[in-house]
Amino acid sequence: MTRRTMPKRTWLTDSPVAAVVLPIIGLAVAIGLWWGATVVFSIEPYLLPSPWDVVVKFFEQPGYLLQETGTSLLETIEGFLLAIVIGVPIAVLIVRSVVLERLVYPLLLMVNSIPKVAIAPLLVIWMGFGQWPKVVMVLLMCFFPIVISTAQGMKSTPTELVELMRSLNASRVQEFFKLRLRYAMPQIFTGFKVAISLAVIGSVISEFVGATKGLGYVIQQSGASADTTLAFAAISLLSVMSIALFYALVLLEHWLLPWAQEKR
Amino acid sequence: MIRLDGVGQVFDGREGQVTALEKIDLHVRGGEFVTLIGRSGCGKSTLLRLIAGLLPPTSGAVQVAGEPVTGPRRDVSFMFQRPALLPWRSVLSNVMLPVEIDKGAGDRSKAAYRDRAHQLLELVGLQGFERRLPHELSGGMQQRVSLCRSLIRDPQVMLMDEPFSALDALTRTELSEELQRIKMELSTTIVFVTHSIEEAVVLADRVVVLTPRPGRMREVVDIDIPRPRSLGQNAHLTEVAAISGRLHALLAEKESDEVRPVDEVRSR
Ligand SMILES: Nc1ncnc2c1ncn2[C@@H]1O[C@H](COP(=O)(O)OP(=O)(O)O)[C@@H](O)[C@H]1O
Ligand SMILES: [Mg+2]
Repeated sequence: MTRRTMPKRTWLTDSPVAAVVLPIIGLAVAIGLWWGATVVFSIEPYLLPSPWDVVVKFFEQPGYLLQETGTSLLETIEGFLLAIVIGVPIAVLIVRSVVLERLVYPLLLMVNSIPKVAIAPLLVIWMGFGQWPKVVMVLLMCFFPIVISTAQGMKSTPTELVELMRSLNASRVQEFFKLRLRYAMPQIFTGFKVAISLAVIGSVISEFVGATKGLGYVIQQSGASADTTLAFAAISLLSVMSIALFYALVLLEHWLLPWAQEKR
Repeated sequence: MIRLDGVGQVFDGREGQVTALEKIDLHVRGGEFVTLIGRSGCGKSTLLRLIAGLLPPTSGAVQVAGEPVTGPRRDVSFMFQRPALLPWRSVLSNVMLPVEIDKGAGDRSKAAYRDRAHQLLELVGLQGFERRLPHELSGGMQQRVSLCRSLIRDPQVMLMDEPFSALDALTRTELSEELQRIKMELSTTIVFVTHSIEEAVVLADRVVVLTPRPGRMREVVDIDIPRPRSLGQNAHLTEVAAISGRLHALLAEKESDEVRPVDEVRSR
């Protein structure tokens, strides 16, 4: 079909090697600047540790930090999956019924606009100190983008494809699974990608309150003992986790939806 | 094969009721190729959708193969202006879609349909492209896939809504030749909507001219030019030109009770 005019294509835009190397260069430059700043301005480590200090800190207790990372990762994934399991069907129902949409939409908006930090303590009061308040926090964080993008995607089915299915005497169920849901997948994935970063933030927020495990707890504790370097180590692990989860989704999308590759 | 008696269609539009079609009496014989021509908005698509059972008529009766039309039939296929391919499906599985949706009702095994799909794809010059995705194909190739899909269940009736109008002239010529070849092989009944006079003449046994607003049958013109005919170079240029001229006059003519030309009424 019609292609939009392309920007200039070079090795840097087209090569799969460049697709991996460029982000790494970007990251390396950022870390280099950070390092340079700590050296040039001789900043005290308790204010801003250098990248090297952070790495050393990590290797002082790698087992412990990785274990806490695992805890946060598990909460993040559980909450995220729960948000999909609940959010996608809700989006589907909203699209099918205007009445339901009008009933539920303001509610969704309201829940989404609540500052999540404010309800973290409440979740602890309601659900105790276990994993549940964390999972629920993650759920609350990523529920909204998943619902919105799924609903948007479900509404975007082209009329000629709907008419085609009708002309083939397809049942409603066939129309849904063979057409509408499939057509919505790229947009649903966009929602997933927005949600996964929020999910990580959600797990950290929930670990600030009433937790004894997880990277959020580590950050909170290191604040109490003014161990800035430890806090940075935990934050770095969070970033790595966030990036890894995001690109895992990108890979999954490439694999599941080869027909919907981004075209520029 | 297709019979419309006093068919009318009134839509409830935003600005009151729109009479899209009025008093349509049309009888299409089995194996006949009828083209429908008329200005845009005169109800051509609506007429096809009525025959396809996608829309119940507000008045009159529609019959296909001697039975009143109550919904989409499996021996009637519809082809759209746009290819309407599912982007995640390969060429082959797009062609197989009708078979897949109507499981069990098929009179052949899945394997037999698959063979048929390969055959059809070869017929339109797409052998070797079975595993490609639609976005990897040109517009003309996509429309060929769409043609194969509408042929997969050996329909008795093919309804085609301006299927070639989005294509370039050359592809269009090729496809109209392929369609005639297929038509001669399969003896399918075809109702083909177009707004191109030349296309209407070259393809049809009969051309039905519709008037706009409301869509009525202006005239039915028999085309007796021997086949195969071609859009490009034509052995019967003078005949085609003569009939085209006549159709042009019919389309341009305004009915006496019509005050303004359609295009003026439409633009707000
Ligand atoms: N679903 C609909 N609701 C309201 N009006 C419609 C609908 N479908 C078609 N129409 C109107 O009916 C008329 C005929 O439409 P259509 O059959 O699409 O014309 P054509 O295919 O000849 O261009 C137009 O005026 C159009 O606006
Ligand atoms: Mg039309």
